Amino acid sequence: MGKFIAKRLFMLIPVVLGISFIVLLLLAITPGDPAKMMLGTQATPERIAALRDTLGLDDPILVRFVHFLGQIVQGDFGTSFMTKRPVFDEMITRMPYTLLLVSVSLGVSVVLGIPLGVYAATHHNTWKDNGAMFISLFFVSMPVFWFALLLVRFFGVELRWLPLSGIDTWQSWILPIVATSLGFVATIARQTRSNMLEVVRQDYIVTAKAKGLPERRVIYRHALKNALIPVIMVIGNMFGLLIGGALITEVIFGIPGLGQYTIAGLTGRDYPVIQGSVFILSVMFSLVILIVDVVFAIVDPRIRAQSGRNNSKKRKVGNQIEEDPQEIEA
Amino acid sequence: MEEQGNLLEIRDLAVEYHTDEATIYAVNHIGLTVKKGETIGLVGETGAGKTSIARSILGILPMPPAKIVSGEILYRGNELLRLPEREMRKIRGNKIAMIFQDPMTALNPIETVGFQIAETIRQHDSVSQVEANRRACDMLEMVGIAMGRFGDFPHQFSGGMKQRVVIAMALACNPELLLADEPTTALDVTIQAQVLEMMQSLRERLETSVMLITHDLGVVSEFCDSVAVVYAGEIVERGTVEDIFDRPGHPYTLGLFGSLPRLDATERRLKPIKGRMPDPTNVPEGCRFCDRCPRAEDRCSKSPPAESEIAPGHAVKCFFAPQR
Ligand SMILES: Nc1ncnc2c1ncn2[C@@H]1O[C@H](COP(=O)(O)OP(=O)(O)OP(=O)(O)O)[C@@H](O)[C@H]1O
Ligand SMILES: [Mg+2]
Repeated sequence: MGKFIAKRLFMLIPVVLGISFIVLLLLAITPGDPAKMMLGTQATPERIAALRDTLGLDDPILVRFVHFLGQIVQGDFGTSFMTKRPVFDEMITRMPYTLLLVSVSLGVSVVLGIPLGVYAATHHNTWKDNGAMFISLFFVSMPVFWFALLLVRFFGVELRWLPLSGIDTWQSWILPIVATSLGFVATIARQTRSNMLEVVRQDYIVTAKAKGLPERRVIYRHALKNALIPVIMVIGNMFGLLIGGALITEVIFGIPGLGQYTIAGLTGRDYPVIQGSVFILSVMFSLVILIVDVVFAIVDPRIRAQSGRNNSKKRKVGNQIEEDPQEIEA
Repeated sequence: MEEQGNLLEIRDLAVEYHTDEATIYAVNHIGLTVKKGETIGLVGETGAGKTSIARSILGILPMPPAKIVSGEILYRGNELLRLPEREMRKIRGNKIAMIFQDPMTALNPIETVGFQIAETIRQHDSVSQVEANRRACDMLEMVGIAMGRFGDFPHQFSGGMKQRVVIAMALACNPELLLADEPTTALDVTIQAQVLEMMQSLRERLETSVMLITHDLGVVSEFCDSVAVVYAGEIVERGTVEDIFDRPGHPYTLGLFGSLPRLDATERRLKPIKGRMPDPTNVPEGCRFCDRCPRAEDRCSKSPPAESEIAPGHAVKCFFAPQR
């Protein structure tokens, strides 16, 4: 397993580098000039050209890429064009907000989504199942920004129960988290439900029943554990979407996180900010995918066998004869 | 009344599957008895309703779509179909256990085989985890698998070994009745014999009654004491192995065995009979075998024949059955 993780961590490097290069390329070919934006519309062409030169904007792409890499290995992400503050410091102070928003939203989605899916599956074809699935279809289809605005309007403006914007108290987190997670609660619920319905038709579930196990144990120990394997995959993939959703929620609710920073960078053509944010976000995303794969391997012995074949085989052969059943603890 | 020596008695059992498109009449008012210590063979073509019968006994039909529309299943005088779920659970896997048709899919892929066997033991006997694990190891050894493989997962076993694990699981609590649903069909021919011989010796050791569902007449003649021939959800003939092999009374049984049915026949497989079983969603009014029967007459298609006992314990569902 350790080797597997190390290998995957190593593979992360080309992925993140590739993404960084593509971002650089995209910024170069999209219209808009950061120097012009910094100096305002009154600036003379000479001043703009001079600034472009100091910022290194006229260098060839590859030179800029190498320069960027050189900075990154030193933990330096450059200075923001707009604020003149180091991008790295800015990201470090903003990171906790985004991490909190994303991880709590993910937690909420999992904690609510899975039981909801199991509930719908165990009440298959009843009004409870249909109701739960109809509501979740509704939330799956609703764009995050639209839902966030509805929440602000209803709970913030009309009822005045919760703060509109900013993050002064813990209550301020409620609306952003609800807005970010609700769609994913629904996604996980639907996925769990369909996997459960698939799994309960499997022969080994009949075997479990035929052993005389109580319904609850059949559902939670035998069916759910198997049904969750594909759900883990979905959760991993969701993470990217969740970050995307968080960017929007942060802007709408005025949360000073990475998302807000990224979007500000994008609108202001602040290249270092964009490059730095995308770099960090892609590292985060790749790490999550790695974690998902590890969890995958832990839960599913068939995958574990593929990732760590040699070690487990050796141990088995060695134990074959002298293994004492008393020692085999479950 | 419970007849002496009857472990299980099925009366007038009927099972239907209700799907969106149609109603499938899978089991149609069958009666059957299993005596203590006996091995009874259930033979019949695919789709005849054999698995449905076995699953009804254990109360593990998929409901919906399945529905038991009539009948009683008496196990030691207890009506299983009316038993509360709690009580039924104490019987499943403990008093009555089942081996499934396909060993490749019968085991939970993400639990160790040892866990799956020990789980059955812990469910029924109040023993510690350590004791349950020890007994699971014994069971593995009994079916010829080294106990060192306790912690292995199903994908690390071959098909034959998986079936051994399934058998170990089924026998873990010393059941009185074992429902073996084509235990060897999915296996290699060489493994088939091994698994059957192992089952036979375990059966003798543990004095378990067995309901053996199979397509293989050789297996029936070798392992069974009595036979029930299932056709289109009905039991068209039942009796001892000698009755069925030497004095078959139903044209379908005759057809299955070819022209010369003999106990020591070299022909092991069921003989294919011309034609097909009637559509289970639209069963004929008269005798179900009518369309394929070489002896069919007018009356056969008008009303179904009743079951008649042509000798003690040998019953046939045909108008042409020799009367006693
Ligand atoms: N879950 C189900 N839903 C609908 N119909 C079913 C279901 N299970 C079985 N049937 C139908 O019931 C009838 C009897 O099926 P059953 O599985 O009992 O036959 P079988 O004798 O065991 O066949 P085989 O030898 O192929 O195992 C068949 O017509 C089958 O199509
Ligand atoms: Mg079957």
